Amino acid sequence: MDILNALVAFLNFVFIPAAAYGAQLALGALGVTLIYGILRFSNFAHGDTMAIGTAITILFTWGLQMLGLSFGPLPTALLALPFGIACTAALVLLTDRGVYRFYRVQKAAPIIFVMASVGVMFVTNGLTRLLIGVDEQRFDDGVRFIINARDFREWTGLSEGLALRGTQVLTVVIAVIVVWALFWFLNRTKSGKAMRAYSDNEDLALLSGIDPDRVVRMTWIIAAALATIAGVLYGLDKSFRPFNYFQMLLPIFAAAIVGGLGNPVGAIAGGFIVAFSEVAVTYPWRKVAGYLFPGWQPDGLLQLLGTEYKFAVSFVILIVVLLFRPTGLFRGKSV
Amino acid sequence: MSTNRQASPTSRWRAPVLFAILALLFILEGTQRNAMFSGSWNTSLAILNMGLISAIIALGVNMQWGYAGLFNAGVVGFLAIGALAPILISLPPVEGAWAAGGVRLLAALLAGLGTLALATLAWRRLHRGRGLAVIAILIVGFVVYRGLFDPAVTAIEANNPARHGNIGGLGLPVMLSWVVGGIFAAAVAWAVGKVALGLRSDYLAIATLGIGEIIVAVLRNEEWLARGVKNITGIPRPVPYEVQLQRNPEFVEFAQSWGFTAATGSGIWVKLGYMTLFLVVLLLLILLAQLALQSPWGRMMRAIRDNETAAAAMGKNVTARHLQVFIIGSAVIGIGGAMMVTLDGLLAPSSYNPLRYTFLIWVMVIVGGSGNNWGAVLGAVLIWFLWIKAEVWGPALIALLTLPLPDGGLKSHLLSGAPHMRFIAMGAVLLLVLRFAPRGLVPER
Repeated sequence: MDILNALVAFLNFVFIPAAAYGAQLALGALGVTLIYGILRFSNFAHGDTMAIGTAITILFTWGLQMLGLSFGPLPTALLALPFGIACTAALVLLTDRGVYRFYRVQKAAPIIFVMASVGVMFVTNGLTRLLIGVDEQRFDDGVRFIINARDFREWTGLSEGLALRGTQVLTVVIAVIVVWALFWFLNRTKSGKAMRAYSDNEDLALLSGIDPDRVVRMTWIIAAALATIAGVLYGLDKSFRPFNYFQMLLPIFAAAIVGGLGNPVGAIAGGFIVAFSEVAVTYPWRKVAGYLFPGWQPDGLLQLLGTEYKFAVSFVILIVVLLFRPTGLFRGKSV
Repeated sequence: MSTNRQASPTSRWRAPVLFAILALLFILEGTQRNAMFSGSWNTSLAILNMGLISAIIALGVNMQWGYAGLFNAGVVGFLAIGALAPILISLPPVEGAWAAGGVRLLAALLAGLGTLALATLAWRRLHRGRGLAVIAILIVGFVVYRGLFDPAVTAIEANNPARHGNIGGLGLPVMLSWVVGGIFAAAVAWAVGKVALGLRSDYLAIATLGIGEIIVAVLRNEEWLARGVKNITGIPRPVPYEVQLQRNPEFVEFAQSWGFTAATGSGIWVKLGYMTLFLVVLLLLILLAQLALQSPWGRMMRAIRDNETAAAAMGKNVTARHLQVFIIGSAVIGIGGAMMVTLDGLLAPSSYNPLRYTFLIWVMVIVGGSGNNWGAVLGAVLIWFLWIKAEVWGPALIALLTLPLPDGGLKSHLLSGAPHMRFIAMGAVLLLVLRFAPRGLVPER
């Protein structure tokens, strides 16, 4: 019985939260990695793109709620998501037109693009604050729990409860669908193949008649969609605060780099690696250990690091991987 | 990295004219009272003092980016580590803290450092099975470290937690802590540089971003060190207190002879005192920086920045020079961090926000002119002035623009969001400068 209890505690406090967080990170890292693969710079504004996409979606959600629309057991935000994506994509395309295109034509050094993305980050951050303020917003109106801890205990007779929130299932399901759609697009459609060709070898792609502007546009639209979806899922799962998205920049970049920048499979793997290590290192294992070894009472919480140091986990993974595999686990690009 | 660095000649009057305009802005702020300026010398000098500190930090960033092309996105971390120095140096010792756990704490820190040193040594010396050996050393070391560290921290934090709960300082003069702040930041920069400087430009940026977050997290959570989010106030000052001045009849008379009340006059006097100290430090640093930049060392740095491969082929040790300039730049940032805490008189770790203390500093360096020390100073003071005034000008502008709108939800929403305009304004300034004057207002010669 104790092994079962330990397993349930592990699922409840480590596996399920890490899977949901990992899916959010993976979607964010996919956006970063796509931009790096095609446009060849690290987009520091990605966190704030996520924030503004989510803010726009929240505004649409409120609008729909005012109209009396709802999505049954699912959060209304999902209905608002397409509108949010469309607005974010428009915004990002405008940014490309106004900022990045100039440097692309000039063939400026990648670091200049990074600098420009810092400027875009400031502007986007200000716009988000202007749009929705700095306060915390909760906009999840769907079913809260799919499995409730108390019900679970009653069904199974275990002493440890398992809680599965609606947003956690939703996150993983949507992430799987989005990733499937993205890979289908990249591998099966003509535009997707053009993007991959452009990413692999720009000159060869231009030679074979691929329209670079189109590729760049597609990249921004897809990145905006991924950022908005990731942001909304994170906001539904936790809550929305503009600053939280800025702080996700490090884990997202860690995920993308660990997998290999420019490599979509790597981004997904990296997202889960970062999320699982972060949760596993900052979780107090005392409860699980108590079930597994009933006779042994550990003194401390068996927590390797306090939750407040979760950045350190991303950072350490990042450094270790870069020291031993400079282009990431899945062999990304290096410009 | 530097296709557009080769200078086209600019007028030699450009810098003096821009500095004169800057001075005029501060004079207007001090004398004119209208919609744009406050007309208070106290405000003007307060902005200037923080601007001078920003200039020192920008000078540090300029050494890393302008001389060597290193993108440090963890400025806030080096600032915060410097900010620790005034606490540990100048605060009076906390009674009982050292007895409670000081020795065990030092032992724990030594054990931690010893473990890392031993692991590095094992990695270098051993050949077969060194991965396992290093992992074993790290695990044993971590257990020993936590075994010593946790009880020591609990004991120290239990020592009079409402007032102290930390180890306190040494009670030495606060000015000494500025140097120590630089040394702290330099030590951290050495450790960071050792592992991260091999990384390519944007990877280095992301790695330093992480370091910045970690250092601020340490400051926020390690209560035994600096009380964490409970903040530390009452840090000793290198200048007199306003209240002392107001009680001094000679000073009151002196202030009145200049047409100020005792309250205003004492504020101005204190701020002038700070200003003098900061100016001395700033000018000293600029002197050293200029000498360094014009020496063979500076030429070598720029050669490495402009073409690493060529410089390496000429026999320059690129990694070692990068580490050197990274440490020096971070030390200057650390000095700035210590000075900022001295000026504020308090340490509030929750205020160390990367948007303000990393990326705004970057705006300063880019706007001022990377690679040029005077440019960094000009950019820093100017951007700091605009950052402060945007808080007043933004809402005023929005109020003007929304004047034709009917009263209602939209108008009040725009008005309430107006203070956030400063982020948009700063981003726009950075983008415009990058686009139209990529070498900044005062370009490198």
